[in-house]
Amino acid sequence: MSSSAMVTANQLIIMAELKLFRTSSSPFVLRVVWALDLKGIQYDNIFEDLSNKSSLLLQYNPIYKKVPVLVHNGKPLLESLVILEYIDEIWKQTPILPEDPSERATARFWAKFGDDKVLPSIWNAFIKQGKDQEEAIVTAQENLGCVERQLTGKKFFNGETIGLVDLAFGWLANLLSVFEEVCGVTLIDHEKFPLLLEWIQNFADAPIIKESWPPRDKLITRYQAFHEVYTSKEAPK
Amino acid sequence: MAEDSVKLLGNWVSPYSLKVKWALKLKGIQYQYVEEDLQNKSPMLLQYNPVYKKIPVLVHDDKPLAESLIILEYIDEVWKQNPLLPIDPYERAKARFWAKFVDDKCVPALMAAFSKKGEEQERAVKEAHENLKILESGLEGKRFFGGETIGFVDIAAGWIGCSVQMTGEIIGINLIDAETMPLLHSWFQDFLEIPLIKECLPPQDKLLEYIKELHTKILTAAST
Repeated sequence: MSSSAMVTANQLIIMAELKLFRTSSSPFVLRVVWALDLKGIQYDNIFEDLSNKSSLLLQYNPIYKKVPVLVHNGKPLLESLVILEYIDEIWKQTPILPEDPSERATARFWAKFGDDKVLPSIWNAFIKQGKDQEEAIVTAQENLGCVERQLTGKKFFNGETIGLVDLAFGWLANLLSVFEEVCGVTLIDHEKFPLLLEWIQNFADAPIIKESWPPRDKLITRYQAFHEVYTSKEAPK
Repeated sequence: MAEDSVKLLGNWVSPYSLKVKWALKLKGIQYQYVEEDLQNKSPMLLQYNPVYKKIPVLVHDDKPLAESLIILEYIDEVWKQNPLLPIDPYERAKARFWAKFVDDKCVPALMAAFSKKGEEQERAVKEAHENLKILESGLEGKRFFGGETIGFVDIAAGWIGCSVQMTGEIIGINLIDAETMPLLHSWFQDFLEIPLIKECLPPQDKLLEYIKELHTKILTAAST
């Protein structure tokens, strides 16, 4: 076999060892995509139609039946934040978690806060109407206020480079303005959230991150459809 | 003093602060314990955990850490003796997955089974059973989630054993029976027999009284 053919064959083997079951723009999928890409890891993308999930996905994730699932050497990894920690432990280049244990704990805390509090509260503000929406917006902004304060003196949550918390909040950078446009409310403004808005720009412009950026028009269409479904169920108050 | 550098803010009924106590005990770490009155939280707690204002909070060298599973990982990284998480990254990922499954799926279903009535309770009990059965599969036939000795998931999930026994008495429903969940059932028994685990448990009769009162309060509030 020629050396170039050997390289290709090896690449195929390496690629075959790592598969990512995904959709094109899920917040939880993208954080895994970004982590793999930042570390320069080769992998196969397996796109799932969530209305018609593949038997492989259901076999790899029978408990939650969700994406992302990362399959490494035939072994499935589930839950995006768990996957990120695994990726960081196996591939040591471009670390996404700091070395210091208390900084690691802080990063894990904010990543969890994002998923437990920020995302649900913003989703709530997106799907509610009338007085319920007003209250939901207040809660969302309180949560975003906590996040804003974490950026004091830093370009990224991780400092000079992108880390776990940046990847965990990455969905904010591509979805927040989409939500605002679709439901006609402003969640963050320059007066109260200057650092967050700057972070959004820095993250969106970052090399590698921007190469897997979901097209905005597709997001608008998608979330417009969600918004119609949810707001037709809720009676305005 | 070594004890000065580690402080745990907790509450005697909280399973979340119990998890941290177990981890500290397992590793033989000296610490100062501060009991928080959750109806009247101390300025110290509010300062250390302004985001959630909850216990447990571990303070190490004046640095506060919150969220029980995150605290467990921190303890494991700083004090290397008697490791909680396995060495192999895939096994670590499985452990993190199961600990999260307990919090995301088992706990809410158990809470609902405890606090609801009638059909809602029936549905919650069914869901709790299903989720506990799934948790049982995580044991993979081992004695403990950690293998021959306890580890991360055992500490994250073991408190459910006590809780389920007590709430089972109160609501009259056996949530973990030896017939349908033999492995989980014997896991709970074995876990609760471990001396350091037993030593950290709150007084069981006092806890039962507390949970009975809580149950009455919840049902009264629900029917008004």
